[in-house]
Amino acid sequence: MHVKVRGGAVQDVRLEIYEPPRFFEALLRGRRHTEPPDITARICGICPVAYQMSACLAIEAACGIEVSDAVTDLRRLLYCGEWIESHALHIYLLHAPDFLGYASALDLARNGRGTGLVERGLKLKKAGNAIMELVGGRAIHPVNVRVGGFYRAPSKTEVASLAENLRVALDLALDTVTWAAGFEFPDFHHDHEMLALVTPGQYAIDRGTVASTGGLSFGPAEFEDYVIEEQVPHSTALHARLAGRGRYLTGPTARYTLSRQWLSPLARQAADAAGLGADCRNPFRSILVRAVEVVYAVDEALRLIDRYEPPAPCYLEVPPRAAVGHGATEAPRGVLFHRYAIDAAGLITSARIVPPTSQNQASIEDDLRRFVGDRLDLDDQQLTRQCEQAIRNYDPCISCSTHFLDLTVDRG
Amino acid sequence: MTRQYHPGQPTVVVGVGNEFRRDDGAGPAVISRLRALQPGDEGLSRVTLALSDGEPGRMIDLWEGARLAVVIDAVRDTIMPPGHTCQLTVDALAGHLTGTADGAASSHGIGLGDTVELARVLGRLPARLTVLAVVGRDFGFGTELTAEVAAAVTELVEQVREIVR
Repeated sequence: MHVKVRGGAVQDVRLEIYEPPRFFEALLRGRRHTEPPDITARICGICPVAYQMSACLAIEAACGIEVSDAVTDLRRLLYCGEWIESHALHIYLLHAPDFLGYASALDLARNGRGTGLVERGLKLKKAGNAIMELVGGRAIHPVNVRVGGFYRAPSKTEVASLAENLRVALDLALDTVTWAAGFEFPDFHHDHEMLALVTPGQYAIDRGTVASTGGLSFGPAEFEDYVIEEQVPHSTALHARLAGRGRYLTGPTARYTLSRQWLSPLARQAADAAGLGADCRNPFRSILVRAVEVVYAVDEALRLIDRYEPPAPCYLEVPPRAAVGHGATEAPRGVLFHRYAIDAAGLITSARIVPPTSQNQASIEDDLRRFVGDRLDLDDQQLTRQCEQAIRNYDPCISCSTHFLDLTVDRG
Repeated sequence: MTRQYHPGQPTVVVGVGNEFRRDDGAGPAVISRLRALQPGDEGLSRVTLALSDGEPGRMIDLWEGARLAVVIDAVRDTIMPPGHTCQLTVDALAGHLTGTADGAASSHGIGLGDTVELARVLGRLPARLTVLAVVGRDFGFGTELTAEVAAAVTELVEQVREIVR
């Protein structure tokens, strides 16, 4: 991260990411239209389901297939598992130590009371893991998802067996909200346009229309008309902006702001009790929103389990046709867009994947610009630490961010 | 804290890594070889073979309650040559393989050393934990191990068979 200071004011902040491109979009060209769920799941070890779901929606849209409600429900259950896992990991092992004055989850665990807190996080996470293993076939890069549905639908008994742990997890999730609500949050607010999927009547996870706090509303098929991704000289990570509007933000706080009314009553009650209002524009409070979303995901998983009937058939054949299809779902970190063009033989001729991190990159830099501006009196070491905390608000998908952060401040 | 034993799963061997990042796939390659050997090898017959991407929660779940856990992982090293292997016990791990949890920017980056230390603090280590590390040369994109690491995989397979016997 490079900060340029002139005349006592921040002139520029650049998050210089030099991760080599992975060429997934190029890799997909020439592959069968049935392959993207398995190939793109490899993009992320933490949110593979998001990649699988967006890929399935896009391919099915291209081929004119609509899966059954039962398959949609099972996909949503799987996705709830991923949200629980991913959010619990972020809250407990990454983000909470910042608020409690610990350098890491390890340091938190070394503290007497912290041991129980970390254990609670891992237990909560395990409830999501169990859903992933049963519905997805395995916890890492699930193998049970296919275009058109699932290779195998778990039995009613198998799915019901998840409920007991989830009921315990619900209490843990509610405790997590109460706990996180007690953190001290820096007084910091942004004015970014926020963008998320919305599914009227339901908190958006596995599908939806794209909406923004600025009044935009469009379908996934129009995503590329509104969202422009571009190279910037200082980073290999693409930056996205809304055409004619500029930077924007996706992720938990955007989802919460746009879909709060569709949280389950229990999750909404937890949000109210935690002091979350109608919207959330303080990125540091994203930990609280994630905690509320865990309550929702557990609650929603229990609802889906309660009404579960194995889909029969568990998948539809998806014969190819020459067409373009678009899919968007809510990955834990925000909107994940896929677009595939396939030919009549079912071979992919082009692919486009827009992950949440690239969409948030410009907003993260803007946050840092303002954040650093108020803290120029700190030495570089303290400033580095606080900037890392600010970046952790977004939990960016930077696979080599482990030795983060190399801060240079050019104070003129 | 009392360590519990899982009667059906006394020994677990975990291959950590990504088989699509060349030498990082050493751990999974060892597991693949062991799986092929398992049907005819009495020493391996009651061993649980598992893969892991290194995510701490799942890793701890894999080895918790085990009598013995053997973890195979590829490492970077600026002194030892590619293909060099070493065997580390939990105590020897202290201060090694760490450096990620402090200041990680993303939950994508919590390392094995931190996971071991976290499990120790939580009292969720297996009764005995052995880490077999192999120094990798190339962690770029691709499914092929470098020649040095491929040769080391054969050696690691034998080491695992010896340890679990």
